[in-house]
Amino acid sequence: MNGIDLTLRTLHRGERHLAHDLVTVAERHRTEHEVHHVATDLARWSREHMRQLAETAAERGVKLGEPPDHSTDGVFATLREKASEAVVHRPEPGLLLLRDLRELHVRAAENSLHWEMLSQAAQASRDSALLTLASSCHPQTLRQMRWTNTMIKNLAPQVLTSL
Amino acid sequence: MEDATDRIARPWGTRVPYGRHETWPARVDTFLAEGVEPGAVRRWVQSASILHSDGDAMDIAVADGRMVGVRGRDVDRVNRGRLGPKDLFGWQANASRDRLTRPLVRRDGQLVETDWDTAMDLVAARSRELLDSRGPGSIGFYTSGQLFLEEYYTLAVLARAGIGTNHLDGNTRLCTATAAEALKETFGCDGQPGSYDDFDHADVVALFGHNIAETQPVQWMRLLDRLEGADPPRLLCVDPRPTRVAEHAAVHLAPRSGTNVALLNALLHETIRHERIDRDFIDAHTVGFEELAARVADCTPKWAAEICDVPAARIEEAAELVGTAEALVSTVLQGVYQSHQATAAAVQVNNLHLIRGMLGRPGAGLLQMNGQPTAQNTRECGANGDLPGFRNWQNDAHVADLARVWNVEPETVPHFAPPTHAMQIFRYAEQGSLRMLWISGTNPAVSMPELPRIRSILSQERLFTVVQDLYLTETARLADVVLPAATWGEKTGALTNADRTVHLSCKAVEPPGEARPDLDIFLDYARRMDFRDKDGGPLITWDDPESAFEAWKRCSAGRPCDYTGLSYARLRDTSGTQWPCDDRAPEGTARLYTDGISWAHPDMCESYGKDLETGASQEVVEYRSLNPDGRAMLKAAAYLPPHEEPDEEYPFQLTTGRTLYHFHTRTKTGRAPQLNDAAPDVWVEVSAGDAERLGLGEGDLVEVTSRRGSLRGRLRVTGIRTGLLFVPFHYGYWDTAGGSGPGPDTPGRAANETTVTDWDPASKQPLFKTASAALTLVERGGGRPSPAPTTTASAPVAAGAAPPTSGGPAARTTEQEPTEFPHGHEEGAR
Ligand code: SF4
Repeated sequence: MNGIDLTLRTLHRGERHLAHDLVTVAERHRTEHEVHHVATDLARWSREHMRQLAETAAERGVKLGEPPDHSTDGVFATLREKASEAVVHRPEPGLLLLRDLRELHVRAAENSLHWEMLSQAAQASRDSALLTLASSCHPQTLRQMRWTNTMIKNLAPQVLTSL
Repeated sequence: MEDATDRIARPWGTRVPYGRHETWPARVDTFLAEGVEPGAVRRWVQSASILHSDGDAMDIAVADGRMVGVRGRDVDRVNRGRLGPKDLFGWQANASRDRLTRPLVRRDGQLVETDWDTAMDLVAARSRELLDSRGPGSIGFYTSGQLFLEEYYTLAVLARAGIGTNHLDGNTRLCTATAAEALKETFGCDGQPGSYDDFDHADVVALFGHNIAETQPVQWMRLLDRLEGADPPRLLCVDPRPTRVAEHAAVHLAPRSGTNVALLNALLHETIRHERIDRDFIDAHTVGFEELAARVADCTPKWAAEICDVPAARIEEAAELVGTAEALVSTVLQGVYQSHQATAAAVQVNNLHLIRGMLGRPGAGLLQMNGQPTAQNTRECGANGDLPGFRNWQNDAHVADLARVWNVEPETVPHFAPPTHAMQIFRYAEQGSLRMLWISGTNPAVSMPELPRIRSILSQERLFTVVQDLYLTETARLADVVLPAATWGEKTGALTNADRTVHLSCKAVEPPGEARPDLDIFLDYARRMDFRDKDGGPLITWDDPESAFEAWKRCSAGRPCDYTGLSYARLRDTSGTQWPCDDRAPEGTARLYTDGISWAHPDMCESYGKDLETGASQEVVEYRSLNPDGRAMLKAAAYLPPHEEPDEEYPFQLTTGRTLYHFHTRTKTGRAPQLNDAAPDVWVEVSAGDAERLGLGEGDLVEVTSRRGSLRGRLRVTGIRTGLLFVPFHYGYWDTAGGSGPGPDTPGRAANETTVTDWDPASKQPLFKTASAALTLVERGGGRPSPAPTTTASAPVAAGAAPPTSGGPAARTTEQEPTEFPHGHEEGAR
C-alpha cells in the first residue's frame, strides 16, 4: 500500500469519526437547537465524503468500508436525548457543549490537514481523479471548522461568565 | 367610485384602473364611527398604519378628545389615500375597556395594581442587583416591530451602552430577520433596494411566498388596478395556498414546504442556460458568477420538480416569465423567510435580479419585504441583532464611531460576538444564565414557536420578567411587572415602512389612565439607572420624541440609512419620504443601487457575511479577498432536505400564516369588532383530496397534533396543496378561560403549540412553515361552518360551503376621488 492509499484510509476513518461525533453532539445537545440541527446537517457532509473516498479508493483497488448509518444509534441515542432534556434548565451543559464543539473542531482540523496532504499528493502525481475528490470535499471540511469556531466564539462569553 | 363599500366583504375596495408607467390615481378611503358626521370631526391628525409594513399614511379623526375615525392621505406616495381593512377598523382597539391603565406587580403569585414609582423602582433595583452579582449578560431585552424609531433607538442606547448587554433583539427576528440577512449577504448591508413605485413600471411581478393581498392589501389594490389597466403586468406566484395572488397569476407554483432553494436554483439554472442574463451588469457589479453558474448547473427543472412536487413544465414557464421580463419586480416574504433554508432561498432571489441586471431602475425592483410596521426601524436603530446605523460589529472602526456618537469608550459597547438573537436569548433564559427579560410591545407566549416551551421559560421563578404592553396579554399574565403603555395615536414618533418610507405619526388623543408612551418608560428607566457617558454626563441626552429623533439623526449620519435631511417639520409638510435623505439627496431616495453597489465595500459593509448553510461567520480577511471592490455578491446554496419530514405518525406538513383581517397576535385586531367578526376564531385548512380521503368536511372540529403539542379548530376545505395543513397563527388565549395558555377547559388554540424550535442558521429566524403534524376528527361540524373568511386564501373550495364573509353596515367605508381638503402641516398635533 502506498502513501496515497494510506491517506485515503486515514481520511475515511477521520470522516467516519467526525460524522459519528457530529451525530452524538447533536443528540447530546438536543436542547441547543441550532447545534442540534446544524450538526445533523454537517454529519451528512462527512458521510458523503466517506462515500466519495470509498469510490475513489475502489478505483485504485483499495477497499474501504461502507458509511455506517448513524441516523439511528438505538438505545444510546435515546439515552443521550433524554439526558439532554433532563438538564434543559441547567447552565452546566454549556461547558460540556464548549468542550464538544472544541473536539469537533479538532477532528475537522485533522481531516482538513489530511485533505491538504491528499491534494498535494494528487498534484505531485498528476492524479486528476484524486484532485477532483479533494477539491470537492475539502472546502466542506473547512466550513465544518468555521462553524465550530463561530459557535464557540458566540457561546463562550455567556457560558463562561455565567457559572 | 362607489360611495360606501363594505370593506370587510370587499377588502380591496373599488378599482381605479391605470396603465403601465402612469401614476397610480388617488382614492381617499374614509371610515368614521357610527353616528359621526364628517362635520363633527374637530381635528385630523397625521399618522401612518402600524398594523402591517406597508406604511399606509392616514389622518386620525378626533372629536371631543376621542378618536372617531381615519382617512387615507392622498398626498402620500405609499397609498395615495387608500386604506386596508386593518387600517380602517383597527384604531377602535385603542378605546378598548380592557386597556391597562396602571402598572402591575406580582405579589404572592398575583398581579396587583401599583404606582409607577413602585414598579419602576422594582425594575431598577433588580437590574442593579443582577449587574452587581451576575454582570450585564444576565439581563436581556426583547422588543417589538411596532414601537417607533425614537423608542428603539433609546432602548438600543440604554441596553448596549447603559447596561452593556449583548442581549437585545426584536420580534422582527420572527418576521424579517431573513430580509435583512439576505440583503447583507448580497449587498453587504441592509437597505431595501426597490420602491413600491416599481409596481407602476414592471411588466412581470414575481411573488415568492408573499401573499401580498393579505399582508400589504393596499399594494395589492395597486396591482389590481394595474391588472385592469392598459399593458398589465403578468404575475408569478409561488405559494402553496390558493391566494388571491395565485388566482390572478400567469403562473402559480405550489411547491412542497421547505423546498424553496431547489425551486430557485432551477429558475437560476434556466436563466443561465437560456442566456437570459445581463453580462455587462454581472461584470461591472458582481462577484461570484462563475461559481453560481457551476453550482446550479445540475439544478434542472426536472430535478427540482421531483423535490418540489410541481411539474417541470410549470417551472420552465416560471423561468421564462422571470427570464424574459423587461422590468421585473420580485417580492419575498414569510413563505421564504419562515421556511427551511430561509436566507439561502432569499439570496437566490437577489441573485436572479443581479444576473438579469434587474436593479436600480424603474420597474426593476427587488423588495425583500417586512411584515411589521416598524421592523425597518428595529433594524436600523440596532434594537435587533445589529448595531445602530447598520454598523458592523466585527469592524473596530465602526464600533469606535458608534462609541464616539454615544461618548463612551468602545469597550462599553459589547462587540465580542454578534448581538444575541431572540431565540438564543430565550435559550439563555431557559438554562438560567439570563435572569431578567424585559419584553416591550410583543407577545412571545403566542408568537414564538413551541409554546409549551416558551411558557415554561417565562414562568420560571428565577427569571424576572417585565412586560410593557397595552393589554394583559398572554405574556403579560406570566410577568413579574407589567407596565401599561400608550400606543399609536396616543404618542408621537417616526416609523419606516418596507420601502424605506419614513412617516411621522402624531399624538391625537391622551392615553388611558396612567399609561405612558414607551419612550417615556425607557427614559424613566435610564434616569433611575443613572446611566453615564465617559465624561460623567448623562448617557441619554434627550427627553422627548423630537429630541430623540434628532439624536438618531446624528447616529445615522454618513451611514446608508442617513436621516439627516429629515425632520419632524419636513415629515409634516411632505408626508412620507424615503431614506437615505441627506444633503446629497434632500428629497429622499427612491431606489438604491441606481449607480452601482454602494455599501458592500469592506470598510463600509454592515456584515462580512455568513455561510448560508451553516451560519458560520466570515472574517474580514476572507471578505476582502472575495470582494475587495465592494460589489454585489452572488452566493450559491445547495438544497438541503428539511429537518422534519412527514412520517406515518405525523403524515402532514404543517404551515402557519396570517389572514387579512388580523395582525400578529390579534391584541388589537381582535378588539376591533369588524375585524374580529370577520375571522373570530382559529381554523384549519386542508385540501379537498385529503378531506375526502379522511372523510372530513367543512366545519368539522379537528385536532392538529405534532411532537410539541396540539390545537383544535374547525376545518375549512380549500384549494391548498395536498398533504399540507394551514393554521393561522393569530389566535391565543386572552379571550379564553385559559388566559395565558391551554387549560382544563381550554384546548390548544394557538398554532404555535405545534411548531418546531428550529431556525435558519444565517438569519436566526425561526421556521414556522415546516413542521409535520397529524389531523384527527374531534366532532362533526353538523352544519356549523368554519370561522375562516371566505374572501381570502381561506375561501372554501366548494362555493357556498360557508356563508360569505361580510361586515354589513358597520363596515361601510367611503371611497372618494380626492377633493381639495387640507393636508397642511397645521394638522399635526404638536
Ligand atoms: S404577523 Fe408575521 S409578518 Fe406580520 S408582522 Fe408579525 S411576524 Fe411579521
